[in-house]
Amino acid sequence: MTDAPFTAALLKSADAVESPLRRALRRLMRRKGAIFGLAIIVLFLAIAIFAPLLTPYDPIVQSWTAVRKPPSALHWFGTDDLGRDILVRVFYGARASLMAGVISVGIALAIGVPLGLAAGTLGGFFDALIGRLTDAMLACPFLILASALAACRGPSLGNAMIAIGVTTTPIFVRLTRGQVLAVNVEEYVAAARAIGNPRWRIALVHILPNILPALLVQATLSIAAAIIAEASLSFLGLGQQPPDPSWGSMLNSAQRFLINAPWMAVWPGLAIFLTVLSFNLVGDGLRDALNPREN
Amino acid sequence: MIAPLLEIEGLVRHFTARRSVFGRPTATVKAVDGIDLTLQAGQTLALVGESGCGKSTVGRLILRLIEPTAGKLRFDGRDVLGFDEKQLRAFRREVQIVFQDPYASLNPRMTVQQLLAEPLALHDIVPAEQRNDRVAELLALVGLEPRFAPRYPHEFSGGQRQRIAIARALAVEPKLIVCDEPVSALDVSVRSQILNLLTDLQQRLALTYVFISHDLSVVKHIANRVAVMYLGRIVEMAEADELFANPRHPYTRALFSAIPVPRPDARRQRQILEGDVPSPLSPPSGCHLHPRCAYAVERCMVERPLLVSDAAGHAAACHRWPELPAAPALAAGTAPSPSLERLMEKFARKTGVPAPAGVDTL
Repeated sequence: MTDAPFTAALLKSADAVESPLRRALRRLMRRKGAIFGLAIIVLFLAIAIFAPLLTPYDPIVQSWTAVRKPPSALHWFGTDDLGRDILVRVFYGARASLMAGVISVGIALAIGVPLGLAAGTLGGFFDALIGRLTDAMLACPFLILASALAACRGPSLGNAMIAIGVTTTPIFVRLTRGQVLAVNVEEYVAAARAIGNPRWRIALVHILPNILPALLVQATLSIAAAIIAEASLSFLGLGQQPPDPSWGSMLNSAQRFLINAPWMAVWPGLAIFLTVLSFNLVGDGLRDALNPREN
Repeated sequence: MIAPLLEIEGLVRHFTARRSVFGRPTATVKAVDGIDLTLQAGQTLALVGESGCGKSTVGRLILRLIEPTAGKLRFDGRDVLGFDEKQLRAFRREVQIVFQDPYASLNPRMTVQQLLAEPLALHDIVPAEQRNDRVAELLALVGLEPRFAPRYPHEFSGGQRQRIAIARALAVEPKLIVCDEPVSALDVSVRSQILNLLTDLQQRLALTYVFISHDLSVVKHIANRVAVMYLGRIVEMAEADELFANPRHPYTRALFSAIPVPRPDARRQRQILEGDVPSPLSPPSGCHLHPRCAYAVERCMVERPLLVSDAAGHAAACHRWPELPAAPALAAGTAPSPSLERLMEKFARKTGVPAPAGVDTL
């Protein structure tokens, strides 16, 4: 029944080509959770970019007349222990969180994917070497590495991102290598070799595009994890440094006033929750949309 | 006599099936266990056998998609195994492969245009500005419309995909094409179309084929010469007509007697092999067939029979074939009943089409 107009549309556009990317997007748009997540992410991105235009107060300037005020018409989310507007700081904090999420996962992708591709396609000694290296990295606890980095380079958002990126890298090395091994046995890779492709071209042109969906899904989920990691590091004082706002450091300063001023903790906590949830929803939606067995 | 296009001598390929904790191989499969083949230009050699007998491995060894454990491989008089990376890529301009499953052999993220232009660019066969035209020509050559070029493989049927795969193999203008079960993944109705396309292309482009198949009716239709494989070895090799008329090896006879005959009243002496194919991890000693062969004697368990060729080029690897009873006349048994034949003739006259090619029966 619902098929009839669909088939008609298909016949109409018989000559229009639907690329795998467009098909995946169409499928993604059918999922309510993914659309919700995407909307929230876009909203937070807009907030992060246009924060100065959206907020009447400065996120850093302190005010002794407005310390720990509950939410009101003047300060919708209330104020913190130094009299700064929490709504404004949540808006500016979105910059730190989203940047930490995207950049640290970007670092992990930039290191992990080439290493995984090399390990998977070259095999042998190189594969074993990269395998042992990732094992070693996985054995190193994230917080220890982050504190070590903070100790030698000083605590800052940049160093937190590097720490998160480096600790996320092994996941991508392993995922890429595993996916490469799975795709490597496909007949179209043998066909690509038979047709005379050099090795690097097989890896980049024939294998990489076919493992991108898996990487994309993992990257989205890793951004969510990285946002939490940044919040944890900032909470511990190893990430964003005061007075610049970040959701994690806001939680840190809020913990002393949980009873007297719970709004200090609620809003940044809610922001973290929403962002992470959104990235996870989009990640799940992507995983389903990119699954070739789905329609 | 002209030098053969392809010469294979003592080709061996072992796969490691199990390793000890220290990485030493503890079990190997002799997928290809010393085979010799020669192939003249313009001919079609069929490799037949059950699944797992190593015929596909031979196909991939010919292209050096996998490296042989031992043996010699000469193409056009040159030693293929001595090629370095660069020579090997140049070699792949001359030898191509069409895989069994057209759903797996085309990259799902490349359009037909990209798939066909890739070999043209890699080997610099036509200048960049003429590549689109050449892609259109290639599509026309395999019976597809050039307007399909911007589409992705998932938009095509199995038969169309196999045509694309054939077009890709043809793009480099090869001399030899290894067809690895090119029709066994296709519907019966599409099979004959692809087979006719392959024979037509062979005539027009003077191609040489190594045709790997388990389907004897297909092989009979397309091959000049047939090699029968069992557990990594060639057990019999002859001109196609001779082999089908006069099979010598007990294994070949058993294979032939397993072909269904479309006559309900057919009375044939069926030669059924006992038991299953032995594990290739530990194949039987001597002649691999001896535990299943009705004619096996003690010698068969000890001594590996050599593939001995007679003057006419019919070779069989069996100690006992000269003593065996004559094979049940397959050729006579293959003709359909007289009434069916008359019916087919009438039908052919009526429509002006000869009996469907490619689906003929044995």
